[in-house]
Amino acid sequence: MTDIRASADSLMKGQSSARAAKGPRDPYAVLRWTLLAMGAIVMVMPIVYMLSASIKYPFEMYDLNIIPKEPTFENYTYVLSDGRFLRWFGNSFLIATLTTISAVFFDALVGYALCKFTFRGRTFMFIAILSTLMIPTEMLVIPWYLMSKSFGWLDSYWGIMFPGIMTAFGTFLMKQFFETVPDDFLEAARIDGLNEFQIWWSVALPLVAPALSALAIFIFLGNWTAFLWPLIVTNSQDLYTLPVGLTTFSVEQAVEWELIMTGAALATIPTLIVFLLFQRYIIRGVAMAGLKG
Amino acid sequence: MATVSLQNLRKTYGKTEVLHGLSLDVADGEFVVLVGPSGCGKSTTLRMIAGLEDVSGGEVRIGGQVVNHLEPKDRNIAMVFQNYAIYPHMTVRKNIGFGLRRAKMPAADKARRIEEVAAILSMTDYLDRKPAQLSGGQRQRVAIGRAMVRDPAVFLFDEPLSNLDAQLRSQMRLEIKKLHQRMHTTIVFVTHDQVEAMTMADRIVIMKDGHIQQVGTPAEVFHQPANIFVAQFIGAPSMNLLAGQAVAGSITVAGRSLARDAGQTGPITVGIRPDDLRVTDGPSSFEGRVVLLEPLGAETLAYVDIGGQEVVARADGRNPPALGAVVQLHVAPENLHLFDGDGKAVE
Ligand SMILES: Nc1ncnc2c1ncn2[C@@H]1O[C@H](COP(=O)(O)OP(=O)(O)OP(=O)(O)O)[C@@H](O)[C@H]1O
Ligand SMILES: [Mg+2]
Repeated sequence: MTDIRASADSLMKGQSSARAAKGPRDPYAVLRWTLLAMGAIVMVMPIVYMLSASIKYPFEMYDLNIIPKEPTFENYTYVLSDGRFLRWFGNSFLIATLTTISAVFFDALVGYALCKFTFRGRTFMFIAILSTLMIPTEMLVIPWYLMSKSFGWLDSYWGIMFPGIMTAFGTFLMKQFFETVPDDFLEAARIDGLNEFQIWWSVALPLVAPALSALAIFIFLGNWTAFLWPLIVTNSQDLYTLPVGLTTFSVEQAVEWELIMTGAALATIPTLIVFLLFQRYIIRGVAMAGLKG
Repeated sequence: MATVSLQNLRKTYGKTEVLHGLSLDVADGEFVVLVGPSGCGKSTTLRMIAGLEDVSGGEVRIGGQVVNHLEPKDRNIAMVFQNYAIYPHMTVRKNIGFGLRRAKMPAADKARRIEEVAAILSMTDYLDRKPAQLSGGQRQRVAIGRAMVRDPAVFLFDEPLSNLDAQLRSQMRLEIKKLHQRMHTTIVFVTHDQVEAMTMADRIVIMKDGHIQQVGTPAEVFHQPANIFVAQFIGAPSMNLLAGQAVAGSITVAGRSLARDAGQTGPITVGIRPDDLRVTDGPSSFEGRVVLLEPLGAETLAYVDIGGQEVVARADGRNPPALGAVVQLHVAPENLHLFDGDGKAVE
């Protein structure tokens, strides 16, 4: 955690020294800031374009002007009053939330066990879990599909969620973070009479709260934006998640870009909220982790 | 309150044995300090008493009952750790009360008990703070409070003071001792600091390489060390060791003959505490050249070369000898410590 602080420090120092460096320009600074600015533009442009497109009428869609001649919020009223959008939004929200809760819970549980208990086959199990990280989703969807089919999970919420209820990445992350929790804490709690689950829940978890928040953000965003698997496993429109649903705006007569962009703009709102919510907690967690003992 | 008794206690990690059959009896209400160099097995012993470490052989008894297979929580012990192990996310009040979570008593009684403990440790004003807002000494007090609150039969301390600075350490040393005098709980305290051991213990257990070297009161281990290891470990600066030759009625050391009957003849190791070896103008035991001076204020330590062997002696702090000067050193023959070829004390 000190790393984060140190890098924040150095960032701040970088800023002030850049400010201080008036007079003859440092060529490296010019190069650095130019590259960063270009990077920022590349990152921001699609978002700007998305927002701009969401307030355009269809006729203006293919003009590449950023500020429309006739801005309108009609797209928003249309999308928000369309029952499908709200339904998909709700689906995505439900699925992402449940998956996040489940994955954070189980990842932390398994990571803790792998980190703090010695048992036969521990290393093997850890390596086995890690090795699944090397298999891309694209390869997994086929076995997932076959599995869902034989269990009758196709076209159901559970079918969309089950691959994500636990993650190898989260398990790995949590195991690494639990390494930073001194065993003394756990032993003190053991002497105080807590059982192993209580020790995990009320002593170990609060001590890795920043990691939990980070993991929650990752998992929520990952599920919120997941496209391939929900597309494959769902059939009925009612079960679409937002990313899947948004693409169907385009399969009617013509591609309705302004509606897709409006939906996409609305879809970023929960991710922003989740990030802002947990980010505060991460910063508080960092401050807490700084103390010894 | 309870006695603690270790019988032929062994601990092995894999194939290596780190404790080789320890036997020790701690009386009810006694303050026993385990001391020894790093890696000698102090923590392991303590953790086996606590139940945090499995017993590989022998028995641990608390209050006469064999507890080898009891969980830590069922042994009625409390432990204070080196890095305090107080929870950063809980207030002092919660930390202290943590040990009471399982206790079946009304919430009001628990609250009163926490207040009581906080008062004893003068932490009343800090009850609602988080550990981050406390000094090192205050944090350690919280850790002690958390241990006290359950009123355990035995207190176990594992180097609780080693993270504190020197001044705070001596202050906390006194506080723990006072606490013991007030509560009379059996205490087993681990440290590698012999000063801590000497100042606090009723009895000291000196360990080395998984063996007990000597058990005794601070005075006993200081004045009658059982072997060379104990003699050198206890007391600062360390005891001087000189090679000598025992004949009937006297011992020859560094070319001088000292009137002391070793009760045996042949080569012998002679130990002299720096405190017993004085730079003097009067009758002397040794003569040598000063090679180094270490002023301590009231006294000065003089490192003196006597016939090729270097010894540490005490000199007056007001008029210490000059560097390079030839000085006379005196030791009373009864203050010599004698050790045989195996390093065991003679007599
Ligand atoms: N989990 C373990 N696995 C293997 N060996 C261990 C383990 N724990 C301790 N040991 C060994 O047991 C011996 C005693 O360790 P212990 O921690 O009791 O020493 P100590 O006297 O407390 O030392 P210190 O003053 O450094 O704390 C050491 O040699 C150590 O290397
Ligand atoms: Mg230790």
